[in-house]
Amino acid sequence: MGAIGEYLSSLSFVGLLSRLPAGVAQGLVWALMALGVYITFRILDIADLSVDGTFSTGGAVTAVLIVAGVPPIVAVLVAFVCGILAGMITGLLHTRLGIPAILAGILTQYALYSINLAIMGFKANTAISADKFNLIVSGRDVNVAIIVSVCFVAVIIALLYWFFGTERGMSIRSTGCNPQMSKAQGININLNKVVGLALSNGLVALSGCLFAQYSGYADVNSGRGAIVIGLAAVIIGEVLGDAILGKRMNFLFRMIFIAIGAIIYYMIYTIVLWLKMDPNMMKLFTAVIVAICLAVPYLKNARKSSFHRAGKNSAGGKKNA
Amino acid sequence: MLEVINVHKTFDAGTVNEKKALDGINLKIEEGEFVTVIGGNGAGKSTLLNAIAGVWPVDEGTITIDGIDVTGIPDYKRAAYIGRVFQDPRTGTASALGIDENLALAARRGHSRRLVWGISSKQRAAFKERVAELNLGLEDRITTKVGVLSGGQRQAITLLMATLQKPKLLLLDEHTAALDPKTAATVLDTTEKIVNRDHLTTLMITHNMHDAIVHGNRLIMMNNGDIILDIKGEDKKKLTVKDLLQEFEKASGEEFANDKAILS
Repeated sequence: MGAIGEYLSSLSFVGLLSRLPAGVAQGLVWALMALGVYITFRILDIADLSVDGTFSTGGAVTAVLIVAGVPPIVAVLVAFVCGILAGMITGLLHTRLGIPAILAGILTQYALYSINLAIMGFKANTAISADKFNLIVSGRDVNVAIIVSVCFVAVIIALLYWFFGTERGMSIRSTGCNPQMSKAQGININLNKVVGLALSNGLVALSGCLFAQYSGYADVNSGRGAIVIGLAAVIIGEVLGDAILGKRMNFLFRMIFIAIGAIIYYMIYTIVLWLKMDPNMMKLFTAVIVAICLAVPYLKNARKSSFHRAGKNSAGGKKNA
Repeated sequence: MLEVINVHKTFDAGTVNEKKALDGINLKIEEGEFVTVIGGNGAGKSTLLNAIAGVWPVDEGTITIDGIDVTGIPDYKRAAYIGRVFQDPRTGTASALGIDENLALAARRGHSRRLVWGISSKQRAAFKERVAELNLGLEDRITTKVGVLSGGQRQAITLLMATLQKPKLLLLDEHTAALDPKTAATVLDTTEKIVNRDHLTTLMITHNMHDAIVHGNRLIMMNNGDIILDIKGEDKKKLTVKDLLQEFEKASGEEFANDKAILS
């Protein structure tokens, strides 16, 4: 009793409240990553694992450029372009060389580890202190970080909404939904897959770029498991959006809810830390949540039609032991 | 309009599953001809359509559409000339996209996909009119996701997509086979209407001998990857299912192996 009482009294509610804004800021930074994952996972129907690498690439490129005196806004653009290039490589491995998409992503991610280290001069991390550089976002000033990252997320969502409503964007949606129909309608599905993967990884690198600035350093391992966090955000957002909006859930709302999903994920993360749970357990916790959410639609369906059920309903014959 | 010259295609060459699907087939179709294609299981009907559509490259031979040699170009580029409807209603439409979006995609077939907004309100109104012609009541649900439509509705939309811009060639691969008889008849009626109105050069595979006789102005029968019967004009109008079965046995020396075709 004493130990639990001690534990509970050590938790300060004010402490939690003071930490939550930082969770929101981080969630907003990761929302860009989640939107990238949404493009591949939902729109293109490809589980793209290159993002773990591209997230770090975004950070590494940003840190090195800022240390070299490049204005942070330029670093943002360069990071975005680097992500696009990485995504293109995954896309070309998949479409030109016939490597299964998931493996193509793994290969890119694996290669990027070396490349990211090389970018940072073979050091595992590079510091970019807000004291020395005029960063776009920084954990030092969480309120500004929230405002700036909300702007980033809003602009990106607006641009994505526009892009996927254009002739090209619409053809990318149909490519993911029905490749055979798309080809019959004269759509170059291989090109579209490359474009989608490039765009997705561009956003992920952008997210990595802002994350490095927010944290004050770039780390070669910062992207490890990013895909799972991205998926968690997508799933949390979709579940929440479907629950609140139901049939009114459209493409725009979906993206907004995915951003909210990323924020919620980081709120949970913040609470987990506040409860003094080991943050190293967070990955297990996230994986379990994502696995459950991905399994629910399948299990729902399996419940409706299963051999077990058919067997129970069947009256005839000897039961097979 | 369409010329297929000495086309060969063998699947799984050099394995135990080797299958000579097209064996030096020749076919010439004039502009405005509506050709129905029948044949037993594995006769090469679908393979012929896929060869024309460019789903895979042929082993040998030449395919030209309106004088253009398309033998060396892949399906998504040939789509500029070809409208296709498939057997499975799910194949021809993107279920996560709205009816209007599917039609907008079809409206750009053969053109580049630009970075301009995909559907204008003017276009949507035009789509509504075209959809209204199908008499399915879908014009009031133009933004509905295609995934919630029935098989017959999806097939009608696919047909509309295939003919939204007049194709040089319309390929129908048993496009009513997966539908119930009543819906199949409706879709076939719509097909007939659109083909006649737009004078479309059409190749229609059907498993139904009766349909093959009633529709179109030319009938070809395939067996073992080649054409064994080619009837047009007055001769076709006088055809009966019995005639066709007899002709098949005479031409191929075997019995017609497609129960579905005989019984329906």
